[in-house]
Amino acid sequence: MFETLILILDATLRVSTPLILAALAGLFSERSGIVDIGLEGKMLAGAFAAAAAAAVFGSAWIGLLFAIAASVSLALIHGFACITHRGDHIVSGVAINTIVAGLTVTLGLDWFDQGGQTPSLTGDARFTPITFPFADQLADVPVIGLIYSELLSGHNILVYLAFAMVPLTYWIVFKTRFGLRLRAVGENPHAVDTAGISVALVRYRAVIICGILCGLAGAYLSTAHNAGFLKDMSAGKGYMALAALIFGKWRPVPVLCACLLFGFLDALAVRLQGVSLPGIGEVPVQAIEVLPYVLTVLLLAGFIGKAVGPKAIGKPYVKERA
Amino acid sequence: MTQQTHPYSIELEGISKRFGAVQANKNIDLQVPTGTIHGIIGENGAGKSTLMSIIYGFYEADSGSISIDGQQVAIRNSQDAINVGIGMVHQHFMLVENFSVLENVILGAEGGAVLKQGMDAAREELKRLEQEYSLDIDVDAIVEDLPVGLQQRVEILKALYRGAKILILDEPTGVLTPQEADHLFRILKSLKEQGVTVILITHKLREILASTDNVSVMRQGEMVAHRETSKTDKEELAELMVGKKVRLKVNKDEAKPEQTVLSAKDLSFFDGQGVERLKKVSLELKAGEILGIAGVSGNGQSELLNVLSGITPMASGEIQFAGQTITASEPKNAAQMRDLKMAHVPEDRHKMGLVTGFEAYEAAVLGYHDSEAYNGSVLMKRSAMLEECNERMAAWDVRPPNPHLKTANFSGGNQQKIVIAREVEQNPNVLLIGQPTRGVDIGAIENIHEQIVKLRDAGKAILLVSVELDEIMALSDRIIVMFDGAVVGEVSANEADERTLGLMMANAWNEGQGAQA
Repeated sequence: MFETLILILDATLRVSTPLILAALAGLFSERSGIVDIGLEGKMLAGAFAAAAAAAVFGSAWIGLLFAIAASVSLALIHGFACITHRGDHIVSGVAINTIVAGLTVTLGLDWFDQGGQTPSLTGDARFTPITFPFADQLADVPVIGLIYSELLSGHNILVYLAFAMVPLTYWIVFKTRFGLRLRAVGENPHAVDTAGISVALVRYRAVIICGILCGLAGAYLSTAHNAGFLKDMSAGKGYMALAALIFGKWRPVPVLCACLLFGFLDALAVRLQGVSLPGIGEVPVQAIEVLPYVLTVLLLAGFIGKAVGPKAIGKPYVKERA
Repeated sequence: MTQQTHPYSIELEGISKRFGAVQANKNIDLQVPTGTIHGIIGENGAGKSTLMSIIYGFYEADSGSISIDGQQVAIRNSQDAINVGIGMVHQHFMLVENFSVLENVILGAEGGAVLKQGMDAAREELKRLEQEYSLDIDVDAIVEDLPVGLQQRVEILKALYRGAKILILDEPTGVLTPQEADHLFRILKSLKEQGVTVILITHKLREILASTDNVSVMRQGEMVAHRETSKTDKEELAELMVGKKVRLKVNKDEAKPEQTVLSAKDLSFFDGQGVERLKKVSLELKAGEILGIAGVSGNGQSELLNVLSGITPMASGEIQFAGQTITASEPKNAAQMRDLKMAHVPEDRHKMGLVTGFEAYEAAVLGYHDSEAYNGSVLMKRSAMLEECNERMAAWDVRPPNPHLKTANFSGGNQQKIVIAREVEQNPNVLLIGQPTRGVDIGAIENIHEQIVKLRDAGKAILLVSVELDEIMALSDRIIVMFDGAVVGEVSANEADERTLGLMMANAWNEGQGAQA
């Protein structure tokens, strides 16, 4: 029983990683006032770029750089539409998602001729698990050994990075000059402007950070969690991340908790497939798979209270003509 | 810091600015002596705000020059203005509401990439500034929890923290109680004593006369006069402002109130957050009188108008009107109230009075659009609407008299005339009218006031809500004061004076003693 629990938690960490990265990406963007429904698209583009570059160059790290470059480019397009041209954030985000969904498969077909997938990645082309010192020796120690060797040790670098990003994000958003300006620009851009700070510059920086984090999330999907790119492999994780962001009220630690909860449900669903529960019998796979989504709706609908986002979110900044 | 000897802390020469077809500023010259309080008055649209926006770097002037302490400077953005020592307190505060006072003050002047150090230094500095000018602010308070008067002081603190030697205040008393305004002027005076130059933009003559050393008058984009405040008076300034002799009093005879036409008893209303916005408000409105509701904005006046006019349902209480009893269980909506001959000029003409994308003739029938006069069997009678709009525009002197112009493109005063004409021309028995002259220039104010009095003399009942005490006092026959959703006092217009009303508005009035808060 205990071992099962540890294994589910272990899977939770793996499944949560892209959610955490994408949700933090959204946190930076939305704290600056830019709605980002395009997390999904940026993540998918990152996944494709990472897998394609890793396949060509044989290095997961080069793949990662390409993932970041692809995702940041899309973030800049979103910024150009929303910040410079005061376009509608949702329309721009949806456009990005749609384009990426089609473009990745099209390019994949053209470049690799494997039905839209990228070649299977092996060796250095993937991020491999890092084993902590003494993990194997300690594995047999009761309780602690299992937690150390299974739960904490044995993940790839991106998993650790995602969790490290949470305190880092907290520090940046609440303890630095950039964070102060970021929060201010999402609440009242006029105040930022009159304080002599460029609203556009702060927002562009925020969307670039958002792009970098989405790139990481994408690279994780295709070069760490899986061994190659699959069509639509982000599978709604960008939207889940957005839900986690709102659920966590745009604050790093609650957002982390929301991501872990969603990840846990996901891991549980996988675990429960084909298992016969006492008193219920075998639960249909589909019913379990739908669980995280149902819970998201329920939680968002009623149990978390009112989620009040940054005040100026989604509103283009126009200097008013007095 | 500097030698501090130049006689003028700020000098403008030949500043011009054009927005499309509108010449907002024409060849403006201005000299502000160092360490004085300098008033700039003018009607709405006279170009005061544009001029100040140029000084603060929001706009660049088309031509002309700005000198600070005798040095010509180029101000291209707010950062440039801050660097040369200009601070500005905007009419709508530029504060991040969910930030603490401290965070608001250091925004843009954080002193390093990590906040900790800068914040500690700022805390010390703020303590000093706060004591020096007796600002009396808790730097850790969250701004949205502070009353407006204190929020304004945060703005002043922001400017001082950045080392402002010139402080510009744009219509600073619009949102303040008279007591808060007095406190503000005491602060400005102590700033002046410390050598800060203060520029005060307002359209309130009384404030100019009470607090400034010099005053400059703007009219239609031009600077038309400079005066030493001690050598001028209310009448002269008013005349300079509008270019013709104006009455500061509304000419009206004694009211002849008749029977009660509307009575409200114990009206309560809760907003979406469950906050009680109206607390058992009762009032009676008689035919042939103007009942003024005074109060600082946000004390339940808007909610009262909405409940009376049927826009929002009441939580409890009852309204007797036109032979009907309206209660929470038997409500009437806005359209039904209109049918009972209650007209409503809402406080915010942009949000509730007009559809700004509509042409004037369309906006002129809103709320009455189902009336037979405008409707054929299927289509609306466009020609009838246009004809009527033309007539009204002539009768109410709406400029330009073009029924096809979008309402957004009329000036505030003319938009308001369109709304008031629409409501009044329906010949209502009761007129609810909110902020009739907000953002309206003096010429139009006079016209609107005359119309309101005329309606009263025709035996109609008028409920007037305004945050302008002058307006309430000039028009009303009876005055009710609201504070925090409740009626806190009633006086007849002859007995009302500003001090009493001001104290009531701040809920600091104890009958019999009249103690200052």
